[in-house]
Amino acid sequence: MIGSMDVMLTVNGEQRALRIEPFETLLSSLRDRLRLTAAKRGCNQGVCGACSVLIGGQPARACLSLTANCVDHEITTVEGLSTPLALSPLQTAMVRAGAIQCGFCTPGMLITLTALLEERAHPTREEIRVAVSSNICRCTGYQKIIDAVAEMVETSPA
Amino acid sequence: MTDIHTSVGHSVDRLDAADKVTGEAQYVDDLYRPGMLHGAILGSTHAHAKIRGYKLDAALAIAGVAAIVTADDFSTARTGAFCKDELPLAKGKTIYLGEPIAAIAASDAEIAGRAARAIEIDYEPLPAVLTIDEALAVDAPLVHEDLVNYTKIAPSFSERNVLWQCRLEEGKIDSAWAQCDVVVEDVFETAAQHHMYMEPCGALAEVDRSGRLTIWSSCQSVHLVQQRTAEWLSIPMGRIRALAPKIGGGFGAKGGLHVQHLAAALALKTGRPVKMVLSRVEDFEIVRSRHPARVVMKTGAKSDGTLLAREASIFLDGGAYADESPTVLSFAVLMARGPYRIPHLRSRGLVVYTNKLKAGAFRGFGNPQVTFAGESQIDRIAEKLGIHPVELRLRNAVAAGDQWAGGQTLQACGLRECLTKLRDAVEAAPELPFAPQHRRGVGYSAFAHISGLLSTGCNIYLRSDGSVAVNTGVVDIGQGSDTVLTQICADALMLTPERVSFASPDSDSSPWNWKTAASRVTYMAGRVVLAATIEVRDKILRQAGEIMECSADDLEIRPGGLVGLKGVAAKTVTFAQIASHAIARLGGPIMGASSLLFDGERLDPKRALIEGFAFGNLGAYTFGAQAVEAEVDEVTGAVRVLRVWSAHDVGRAINPRMVEGQIQGGFVQGMGYALTEEMQWDESGRLTNPTLMDYKVPTALDAPLEIHPLIIEDPEPSGPFGAKGVGESGLIGAAASIANAIANATGKRVHQLPMTPERVLDALIGED
Repeated sequence: MIGSMDVMLTVNGEQRALRIEPFETLLSSLRDRLRLTAAKRGCNQGVCGACSVLIGGQPARACLSLTANCVDHEITTVEGLSTPLALSPLQTAMVRAGAIQCGFCTPGMLITLTALLEERAHPTREEIRVAVSSNICRCTGYQKIIDAVAEMVETSPA
Repeated sequence: MTDIHTSVGHSVDRLDAADKVTGEAQYVDDLYRPGMLHGAILGSTHAHAKIRGYKLDAALAIAGVAAIVTADDFSTARTGAFCKDELPLAKGKTIYLGEPIAAIAASDAEIAGRAARAIEIDYEPLPAVLTIDEALAVDAPLVHEDLVNYTKIAPSFSERNVLWQCRLEEGKIDSAWAQCDVVVEDVFETAAQHHMYMEPCGALAEVDRSGRLTIWSSCQSVHLVQQRTAEWLSIPMGRIRALAPKIGGGFGAKGGLHVQHLAAALALKTGRPVKMVLSRVEDFEIVRSRHPARVVMKTGAKSDGTLLAREASIFLDGGAYADESPTVLSFAVLMARGPYRIPHLRSRGLVVYTNKLKAGAFRGFGNPQVTFAGESQIDRIAEKLGIHPVELRLRNAVAAGDQWAGGQTLQACGLRECLTKLRDAVEAAPELPFAPQHRRGVGYSAFAHISGLLSTGCNIYLRSDGSVAVNTGVVDIGQGSDTVLTQICADALMLTPERVSFASPDSDSSPWNWKTAASRVTYMAGRVVLAATIEVRDKILRQAGEIMECSADDLEIRPGGLVGLKGVAAKTVTFAQIASHAIARLGGPIMGASSLLFDGERLDPKRALIEGFAFGNLGAYTFGAQAVEAEVDEVTGAVRVLRVWSAHDVGRAINPRMVEGQIQGGFVQGMGYALTEEMQWDESGRLTNPTLMDYKVPTALDAPLEIHPLIIEDPEPSGPFGAKGVGESGLIGAAASIANAIANATGKRVHQLPMTPERVLDALIGED
């Protein structure tokens, strides 16, 4: 068995030195070692999307990603989306639209939507639906999540 | 929002929304304590087997393993809310596959899991019963040999594998059939649905030097966690403090214990904090499900559409333990009449034990099963008589002043308005573009539910700065009750919601609250919050009268925390001055308290034949009606829900956007129940689809393109600001509406949930 590895991770713009196991997932490293708990362990099988993070700008399941493979990439979690004093426009839109209920899917949903809006600033309602479909929400029926993004896009400059 | 002093009726943002979008909101798995151990469970590998013994040595020898608990570590007394049949860990025999037999605490979760696999269990397999029919067979093996000797809270009519039976009869059903011009008879089958809250069940228990436990857990009631953990550990309730962090959904399953007692036992045994969070697979296998059901139903009507008679025989599969089965059964029997004036009714049911995980409370609580049956039959009658389905429902709909089955008088009822607004909305909707190879139809349902049950309390006090502290013990499981209850208090004092703080539930300091269930929090907790706030308001006015040297009758509450002299704008005193005066000079702190046991009418044995009911009264009745536009793929049988209109009488919407969220979310969960969700067990009793890959909950692409909530406000006289609950309503009619849309589209009816493409295709090519 290979022993522990010392790695340097870039998380939300900060360099973090970690000793990890070779088989350790990014979700475990973030939650159990760095105590960045916004990414949730919903199914630990890559289906529900609650653990979504950005790896090199691309949305990925932290529960299926090995930390050892992430050392060369910038990792962004929901903790990195806002400043302590201000929410991002997307976060504000989600709050205002009533897109939050239990909140357990919310961090993963925000990561997915952040990646969508990076790719295209003005997605159609259908494009939003397709993006949201990579994350499970059991509370809202998705309507108000899609509404939140659609309304934000509508009011943002072209 | 800061200028809103009358926040009731306004869609204020959720209090915890900012914490949730920043990832700062903490759920139980986000909590870490110094020296914390991690727990794991060993589940049984047989659906039914004697446990002849276990060997723990190999597991205990693994480095990092701190402790193992088995049934031997607990009291041998069986417990349960309605039938005392359950043990904290399997003892003597195991009665479903996955049932916890031992729990392990170790330095990390991986070691704990390895230790669980190292425990050797000596099983003697027994034949298992996995379905209602197997359980009822004359020579069926018994799940609980000692059932007749278990303590039950009401007459249960238990025998062999039948846990509970109940029935309700009104009118003269046997002679009524002859007066009917049309009679329909069907058998309906429904599946086990998993709650699939996003946050798996978990608990963190910590013990202090005096032996006192603190338990954080994903729960629907801190008080029930305290009470039931104390029972199972045989310790006084005062040695347990139960707390609730943020809860990632519950839908009924987190109303009872899951692993709180195991984490607590391990914490007591090791003296260290123990966190135990179920894997998604374990959560599927051992928590709870909705009751699979068979409903045999017969309904008769006159040719003018007047409904005359209904007979329902309800068979529920309760799984291994009673849990909430007696009340789910009783409620299903009570709701089987539907929201109609049907004078002749025979409704009866039974719930059986089987060797599967226990079925329990789940949004709808027995009502979705009987509503699927009943509302399918209403549409069959409408079709036979050539009456529009909405018109037939309107002709028979209950109204205020009518009595529900069993005798409770309906104080308010917006059902007719729900139906007419629904019909108008559907008629006004633009037609969708034609889709080749698809048949499209619209289906309707109407339904009732309740909002209430049992008891709850509230304390409120006025701080020296004029702000208000509210403490109810109510756990917000994600639906937003913290916000709604804050609005109720703020509105009654003409304060902005920011001036009211809502205490996190704590069994040490919060007044007793039963649980977040039964669509009850807005109605029940709302009532006590309002009553306690009014007590505070009266004391504020009296105290202000002392300060201003006038009668309290001449004073009025003004927006922003002021009391003023009526008719004199300039003459005011602030809440802060009043609170300080009370604290320092006269009478002590201004406080209000209210406590309530639901006080509505009870089932009336003089009106109806009533046997085996596990409750005496319930709550205020709520009403709704739903329309679904769906299309059926003629080639594959796949059903797609396109648009939904869902009208709900909520008495008064305290926070309309949150009401909409309940309706929309409830519908989509009900759509999963209708179309894709089914827990399946193989012949050995193993759950074959305990993952999100194999158990299909709806995604955004499955959800309808549009769900239009229609909020109807027919004030409930006993409700806070006229409000009643809406937590479950959105789900109840979903399966029936969709089944009726399929029938409207294709002329064929599906009698079994979920209505998978295979079943729909069978119906399409079948003779029927």
